Amino acid sequence: MKSIRNRFGVTLVAGLSVLALGACTGNDSGDDDKKLGGGTSQADSGSNDEAGDKVVIGFSAPAADHGWMGSITESAKKVAEQYDDVELRVADGTNDVSLQISQVETFINDGVDAIVLLPFDGAAMTPVALKAMDAGIPVINVDREFDDPNAARVTILGDNYGMGVSAGAYICSQLDEGADAVVAEIAGIDSLPLTQDRSQGFEDALSECGQDVDNRVAAEFTVESGEKAAGNLLQAAPKIDFLWNHDDDQGVGVLQAIKNAGRDEFVMIGGAGSANAMRDIQADNTVLKATVIYPSTQAADGIKLARLLVQGKALGDLVEVEVPRTVQLYAPVVTKDNVDQFIDTAFES
Amino acid sequence: MTDNIPASDETARVEAAAQETTREGTGALAVLNSSVGRNAGLVVALVILCVVGAATAGDRFTSTDNALTILRYAATIGVVSVGMTFVIIGGGIDLSVGAILALSSVWCTTLATQQMAQDSTWLVMVGVALAVGAACGLVNGLLIAYGGVVPFIATLAMLASARGLAEIISNKKTQIVQVPEFIDFFNKEILGVQISIYVFALVAIVGWVLLNRTTFGRRTIAVGGNPEAARLAGINVKWHTVMLYVLLGVCCGIAAVLLIARTSTGSSTHGLLYELEAIAAVVIGGTLLSGGRGTIVGTVFGVLIFSILTNVFVLNNRSQSEQQLLKGAIIVAAVLLQQRLASRNSST
Repeated sequence: MKSIRNRFGVTLVAGLSVLALGACTGNDSGDDDKKLGGGTSQADSGSNDEAGDKVVIGFSAPAADHGWMGSITESAKKVAEQYDDVELRVADGTNDVSLQISQVETFINDGVDAIVLLPFDGAAMTPVALKAMDAGIPVINVDREFDDPNAARVTILGDNYGMGVSAGAYICSQLDEGADAVVAEIAGIDSLPLTQDRSQGFEDALSECGQDVDNRVAAEFTVESGEKAAGNLLQAAPKIDFLWNHDDDQGVGVLQAIKNAGRDEFVMIGGAGSANAMRDIQADNTVLKATVIYPSTQAADGIKLARLLVQGKALGDLVEVEVPRTVQLYAPVVTKDNVDQFIDTAFES
Repeated sequence: MTDNIPASDETARVEAAAQETTREGTGALAVLNSSVGRNAGLVVALVILCVVGAATAGDRFTSTDNALTILRYAATIGVVSVGMTFVIIGGGIDLSVGAILALSSVWCTTLATQQMAQDSTWLVMVGVALAVGAACGLVNGLLIAYGGVVPFIATLAMLASARGLAEIISNKKTQIVQVPEFIDFFNKEILGVQISIYVFALVAIVGWVLLNRTTFGRRTIAVGGNPEAARLAGINVKWHTVMLYVLLGVCCGIAAVLLIARTSTGSSTHGLLYELEAIAAVVIGGTLLSGGRGTIVGTVFGVLIFSILTNVFVLNNRSQSEQQLLKGAIIVAAVLLQQRLASRNSST
């Protein structure tokens, strides 16, 4: 009896550790030719890229469990490597807020010059960001906002609301006037403000041309969740005219589900802008006809701004002598016509 | 075994039932098998980790601030692990701790609860967190002890439904705490150390006393080691099992309070994968997954080993994937060691 239960225990632990190991999926945003720009090696003298005082930057982001997030860290590292005067300390991605807090605490203890932080949960990371700012370390908040404006010196945001607006406006532009289209939406993780913003923007833009969202499901940014959510959605809606999928990572699963169901009566619009999705748009042989960009290079921009901030340099091309407080990136629509322009900076999912 | 003990002496019977399962070999083996021997292994592991930390990161590792950072991180998972130790010694397992923590954190940060706390005292929030944890533990315990559902399944169901309920209550949004007294209390420092760390220490000490110096502890060991013998010795095995899960539930409530104080938020995403972390810490601490034996000291060492490991990796700029790999290896090594000890035990 005892030995059987022992063996059960061993199997359990072994199984659990496999689960824990399996939880970290590989992300390869490969493309080394990616043009992220800048770097000391090509710097003109007198320009911002010219080597200055050594800057130590601490970087922390959530676990790279989807391509976009993997690309965030990859591109940040890549940009940091281009500068001889930047030392980047990367605390590897985690979705445990408690662990992410202790990573930032470690940066504070170390006395780094600046912290670039993409929080798993903006509100939960606010207290420790305030602590860093109090310690005189500027915090660059990327993508997911803190709930206290004093917790960050610079905030870099994508335009989530704008993504929804762009996707909605694109649908409106494709519609015959007065027609009532069936519009479906596959959202990302519903608990995140970014998902709520995207959906709000989508709804607002659609209402401009008298449309609304007929079917809406939420996935979790992963391929598996996208496949599941889309499978259910296609069952629920026998005929669709337009489908907006918030995220191209989960889009791989969404497209698979569409293929499995043998559906092709609608136009699908993606989100975030993965290289995968752009190749599909370029080839023009799936229902995916467009995607809306949400730059995966925001953390890389964060590294650049952190460096300028610490070295006391201004942002080139602006008259203002200090680095701005907030930078919001644009969410353009990518179609077959302009895909060549964007495919180089897209992320691999 | 139980026949030759006077029926009137309950304590003696419990002791006998407990001893039946903890009786060990003699001589050198006994030393190896004793909790002292096993903890010595953990101390060595801890010292090696600290040496590696100090060698690779120098002052950055050995500074007081860094030690406090490690302890603050260890506190939340540590409190859960102490509770988990009791459940595992009692022959059970609980996969729902992370979900209970999330539910507890959400329930105690709803607008209604916060309003109540603002009208009276912040202790209301602590009370709610503990009560929610205890209630979840009670459901787990009743299902397992009286419903006859195996612990793995019952707590798996709780894992799913508690997080689901947390998402419903919070509408999947992060709830920000507007009661500054609550946050301030747990972040207050006494002698340079935050209250949250004292809470962890207190939970560990109470856990140690409860396990080693009370009838409750002896009964736990008896129930986990040999439930039938425990029942014959007059222990209400079912009710005791329920109490173990309630105890762990309360620990999850305490951990929720610590995490809320640390993040100033309650969220349905709090405590992700804590069940794995806690079980891993308990197992490398030398507690047998089959029940009947284990130590709180070992668990605390287990928690510290994993926290320091995490810290050393962060300090050295190494990826968490490598750390996961190493963590897996440590768990397997610990279990293999346990297996050897267990088989030696049964052969003597």
